[in-house]
Amino acid sequence: MQKPVTIPFELDGRLVEAQADETIWQVSRRVGNELPHLCYLPEPGYRADGNCRACMVEIEGERVLAASCIRKPEPDMKVKSNSTRAVSARKTVFDMLASDQPERNVAHDKNSRFWQWAEMLDTTEGKFPRRNSPVPDQSHVAMRVYLDACIHCNLCVRACREVQVNDVIGMAYRGVESKIVFDFDAPMGSSTCVACGECVQACPTGALIEEAFVDDDGIALDSKLENIDSVCPYCGVGCQITYQVQNNEIVAVQGRDGPANHNRLCVKGRFGFDYVKHPHRLTKPLIRLENVPKSADNQVDPGDPYSHFREATWEEALDRAASGFLKVKQTHGPSGLSGFGSAKGSNEEAYLVQKMIRTGFGTNNVDHCTRLCHASSVAALLEGIGSGAVTAPFTACEDAEVIIVIGANPTENHPVAATFFKQAVKSGKTLIVMDPRGTSLAKHATHMLQFKPGSDVALLNAMIHVIVKEELYNKEYVEKFTEGFDSLCKHIDGFTPESMSEICGIDAELIRTVARKFATANNSIIFWGMGISQHTHGTDNARCLIALATITGQVGRPGTGLHPLRGQNNVQGASDAGLIPMVYPDYQAVDAENIRSQFENAWGTSLDPEKGLTVVEIMDAVHAGQIRGMYVMGENPAMSDPDVQHAREALAKLDHLVVQDLFLTETAYHADVVLPASAWPEKSGTVTNTNRQVQMGRVALDLPGDAKQDWWIIQEIARRMGLDWNYSAPADVYAEMASLMPSLNNISWERLERENAVTYPCDAPDKPGNNIVFGDGFPTATGRAKLVPAGLVQPDEQPDESYPMILTTGRQLEHWHTGAMTRRAKVLDEIEPGAVASMSSGQLRDLGVQPGEMVRIVTRRGAIELTARSDSAIPEGVVFVPFCYAEAAANVLTNPALDPMGKIPEFKYCAARIERTLSN
Amino acid sequence: MSSKNAEVVRFQHPGRGTRRTSITPKGRQVDPKSVEEISAILSSAVEKRDLLIENLHVIQDKFGCLHADHLAALAHLMKLPLSEVYEIATFYAHFTIVLEDENPPPPITVRVCDSLTCELFGGISLLEELIEKLEPDVRVVRAPCMGRCDTAPVAEVGHCHVDRATVRSVLESIETKCLHPGKLKYENFDNYCKNGGYATLRSCLQGQRKAEDLVELFKESPLRGLGGAGFPTGLKWQIVRGYAKPRLMAVNADEGEPGTFKDRYYLEREPHKFLEGALIAAWVVEAEEMYIYLRDEYPQIREILLEEIKMVENAGLSKHVKIVLRRGAGAYICGEESSMIESIEGKRGLPRHRPPYVAECGIFGKPTLVQNVETMYWVRDIIEKDVSWFASHGRNGGKGLRSYSVSGRVAEPGVKLAPAGVTVRELIEEFSGGMAEGHTFKAYLPGGASGGVLPASLGDLPLDFGTLDEYGCFVGSHAVVVLSEQDNMKNVALNLMKFFEDESCGQCTPCRVGTEKAVKLMERSQWDMDLLMELSQAMSDASICGLGQAAANPLLSVIKYFPEEVECKSQ
Repeated sequence: MQKPVTIPFELDGRLVEAQADETIWQVSRRVGNELPHLCYLPEPGYRADGNCRACMVEIEGERVLAASCIRKPEPDMKVKSNSTRAVSARKTVFDMLASDQPERNVAHDKNSRFWQWAEMLDTTEGKFPRRNSPVPDQSHVAMRVYLDACIHCNLCVRACREVQVNDVIGMAYRGVESKIVFDFDAPMGSSTCVACGECVQACPTGALIEEAFVDDDGIALDSKLENIDSVCPYCGVGCQITYQVQNNEIVAVQGRDGPANHNRLCVKGRFGFDYVKHPHRLTKPLIRLENVPKSADNQVDPGDPYSHFREATWEEALDRAASGFLKVKQTHGPSGLSGFGSAKGSNEEAYLVQKMIRTGFGTNNVDHCTRLCHASSVAALLEGIGSGAVTAPFTACEDAEVIIVIGANPTENHPVAATFFKQAVKSGKTLIVMDPRGTSLAKHATHMLQFKPGSDVALLNAMIHVIVKEELYNKEYVEKFTEGFDSLCKHIDGFTPESMSEICGIDAELIRTVARKFATANNSIIFWGMGISQHTHGTDNARCLIALATITGQVGRPGTGLHPLRGQNNVQGASDAGLIPMVYPDYQAVDAENIRSQFENAWGTSLDPEKGLTVVEIMDAVHAGQIRGMYVMGENPAMSDPDVQHAREALAKLDHLVVQDLFLTETAYHADVVLPASAWPEKSGTVTNTNRQVQMGRVALDLPGDAKQDWWIIQEIARRMGLDWNYSAPADVYAEMASLMPSLNNISWERLERENAVTYPCDAPDKPGNNIVFGDGFPTATGRAKLVPAGLVQPDEQPDESYPMILTTGRQLEHWHTGAMTRRAKVLDEIEPGAVASMSSGQLRDLGVQPGEMVRIVTRRGAIELTARSDSAIPEGVVFVPFCYAEAAANVLTNPALDPMGKIPEFKYCAARIERTLSN
Repeated sequence: MSSKNAEVVRFQHPGRGTRRTSITPKGRQVDPKSVEEISAILSSAVEKRDLLIENLHVIQDKFGCLHADHLAALAHLMKLPLSEVYEIATFYAHFTIVLEDENPPPPITVRVCDSLTCELFGGISLLEELIEKLEPDVRVVRAPCMGRCDTAPVAEVGHCHVDRATVRSVLESIETKCLHPGKLKYENFDNYCKNGGYATLRSCLQGQRKAEDLVELFKESPLRGLGGAGFPTGLKWQIVRGYAKPRLMAVNADEGEPGTFKDRYYLEREPHKFLEGALIAAWVVEAEEMYIYLRDEYPQIREILLEEIKMVENAGLSKHVKIVLRRGAGAYICGEESSMIESIEGKRGLPRHRPPYVAECGIFGKPTLVQNVETMYWVRDIIEKDVSWFASHGRNGGKGLRSYSVSGRVAEPGVKLAPAGVTVRELIEEFSGGMAEGHTFKAYLPGGASGGVLPASLGDLPLDFGTLDEYGCFVGSHAVVVLSEQDNMKNVALNLMKFFEDESCGQCTPCRVGTEKAVKLMERSQWDMDLLMELSQAMSDASICGLGQAAANPLLSVIKYFPEEVECKSQ
């Protein structure tokens, strides 16, 4: 019998209809009577638990009362929410809990959901004897644990375990001894807590609370907070946030229900905003002192830059900035100039930077850090499927049966995206993690393939081999939507799992198992990160993934697709906006005559017909004396480039360097002019996340000192370069962009202000955007995906006797890119305060090094010294170093060898030697 | 070394540098040596989530306690969060967790029962004296009912129970290192078969009987769930059979209701009669697996069942159902069927919300038949001797046979097989040799700790399901504790409330907080009637499970029937 669509029942004497999955509580609220609730949080991801008993109702014919939050109505049920029995039970429950709470005037959160309800029920003063108060736990730098206010509702357990799946919090012991614990009842600060703060956001009493909300005695600070909705400025996930602002300071940040985060945040997005008020913040334009020579080893104290710089007015600084560029242009032509935009700014800023470089400088020598993260992925995607963006959002994993995550460490780099993967596993989906490092996602994996570094193609080709040989590919799809299948088949012939097993170190049978699972599942999806892209064979790696997905037809439907997890908040948007030397906005080739003339018309000037140089190529061109002037807006190549000493030498060699940033970065050490710019919470603008969701960022704070909006600074330089620009606000810029970028069709600034997020492509102004694309062919010339076989290419630099180890680099959860922001955020800095080299305990033993001792890492490029960490996730023979630490910059060591197509350096692999140091 | 040529590049950094970099990733790390130690003693199915409690037992049996490093290794091997392992290990009273800054417990632990019957017989002073004499060389801890109330007071030295314990007999046990359960004499497989055992099961398995017929037979029989709820057995079978396969079965051998020891009685004597009944029930509902959840307080029975289940399996009598013996770990709440199911799944014993009922959504979310030991014990007789035989027993309107666990102030405590509906006065006089010498019948608990307390003046009520409702009491597991004029009713109520406070799982507010507040209020010389009544009402109305809903019964009974014994403060 089919269930009725709605369930009619009686609620307080009135006939109501419940939807199939609605609880009594939900129906009651819908009809205007919100019943008290504490353990129930009506937010995405939180199931009802029915434990606090604050929402009891009486059901006719039942012996005891029922928790309305968890009970579903049945046809003809008679529910009384206001019977004496129900009301008095609810009141007694509050009475019991209030008896044990700290008095409201000394509460940790005087306006907690508990107190609000208690007030409504007139039960703010408990009448039962009080229990003994547990002692506070103030061990964490960002959060406080006051279990005297705990009502054991276990929302924090669900927050930690089911919503974020960080698995730290538990409810230990029993009965009245029940206690919220971290791991084995460790202090929060020394537990495995990753400080996502989901628990403080969920806690209804203030038992778990942001440190910023209480004084030293744990008493709530008086605050009048203003809430401002925006989006997180860190990774590519694009979490929507609400700033809580008081006196022009961000006191706290709460997660908002955005399409990519559903209220969730990570430690950076919740606790990483005080960098904007850091004393190092640039508030005045600076001009380099005449007599200070430039050299690669230049260091300037960012708190006291007057050893190298003097303050200047905006007028003088802008004049100096522009005249320097004009001088280079006159003496060396437009190709003597170059510029880097930023994936950390808005779409509008990215657009203006590339437009200024192209029209003002007259060159295509404009690039940004996408070159260093996913250039190879984008190259392979453009070649293979005609589009560089993801085909599906990461939330599509909810509809997948099999999820592959390869060369990515999302729990650290895309923490909120990782929550979706972990939840998918919890709901029974198959997760296949492939990574040389045992990432923390591996714990959740159905299969963990910890392959040998650099052997990606061997592993992936073996999988393709299995799928082809066992005829597990989707014949219909291959025929209809791919080209080059036959040559792929021929190519793949020799890549048997047995022969590849020797190379990649994964058992042949396991290769077969995962290949079969991926190919035969109804829906499979692939996510990858920079473990795939940052190789000299990065494009090949991505080609293999594209082949895997397309020959099996695992693309273009819900739960399928190809998704390179983009690294920075706006790396998708900055790329879309044209911060790429070969293409204009929307990836339109600069060397295509018709396209160029279109942009020449739009911008009213002639344009450079030649492709420009990429990030690393620009540095080489500086060394070669071809490039003399550089404009850097929000980038830090002096930390982020491979073989960074080489890049620093280039920067020092420039005739003219203008840096526009929040802080005096390592790049700015070499600047002639430094322009104080705006931080994300100080500006409005749009950003595009890894899911192709264009989102609205809003102003929460005033600019400090004389710092200016970036769009204004770019415009002022442009004007001085002879351009007649008259933008009055980011909305103007957006309107121009949208007129040149079909991808932004139907997504107006006003719409974004209203809806906060819209996914592109979007078919109509009143329709949601398309999450899943390419269900019906690809935007290639033939409409088919091009299968490009990949051969085995060894990483550029193999370990040898002198350099026996493999160095691999990446990010940490707390730090972002080169650390310019995150190392100036107190919480993030306290959790990860210094440079660290992670190795397995066995490796450390072999080296005779104790964890915590200093080690020296040496490569053919240079040497750094840093603290050794014992980390069982790192395989023997490998050392992992995050690249955010200036005191021991990993990129001093990295190999600048490039992927021939994507021009991305091999950050993930070079030969290194580890030595004990005497400085222990 | 050629490192001299590579100059170290070191820049200043913008961090505050107030802390040192951690030498490991965040939090507790897994010690490889501990992983080796733990994987060596666990079965290859280590990742099976439901084996967590079993694995904890294996580790504790081997190492005497649960060292933090071992727990972390277990979490690693089972791919479980540290907190999940910890919360489960700490939920159960029998696990001893030893963190880095703690000392392992002494090799011997003595548990002394402080539940009502043992308290009547000096359990508390025994506990206090033993603590004074033995600590710290021996660990002495209180424990709830061990199911041996007929030999109160009771202590357990290691895994060896000391009946009618005295300080001297406990010391003797320790000195003679008598720490393991002694062997019991019982009807073994061969003897059981010789006496006609398993013929009925065989007739089922060989197709001579039809499951539907047995359902009908038991629907006619007055057999009801003897764990305490009294649900008609035949009807339960029919309901479970109505849900889609795969179906499972659980036998509740977690007899924890203070004063109850009948299941122990049968399991120690006639394990096969129980097993045959359970195997027949499993056959009737076509259960794929049958979990026998045995309380950890019955180690002797565990030995018996391990041995005898093997015999049954070898004889090919359990091909239709996989028998899985699970070991509790010291939690009264796991006698509640949905908590037991949670525990079988390797979790904390938190009762589930209903609906859905376990018959529909039980172990691993599958339809599950849950039966009590004694209920299964009667299955064979009812089939072989026919319904009329069983139904022919009964008194005062009751039908069938019941096993009353009688303890307290009677001359001959023990399990009394008596007709359903027998009165307490009849139980005392006819079945228990009258009151103990020097004691006068004053009051009784008709159904263990949760069934309330009745005065002697109500000693002629038939003890059966439903007959005591109007008196605020119930017969439950038929655990009758007889009290005399020497017993203080206020203390009795307090003892029972403390028991519930200790055994509350802590999930819901009314029970977790309610029992704690009630104990605090009841410890006062004057009872605040208004507060106690309000508290009781909320506990009864709003608790998730029977524990909290019934926890106030003894309190309410004492207030109702013995007002003169509780000095009341009422506005």
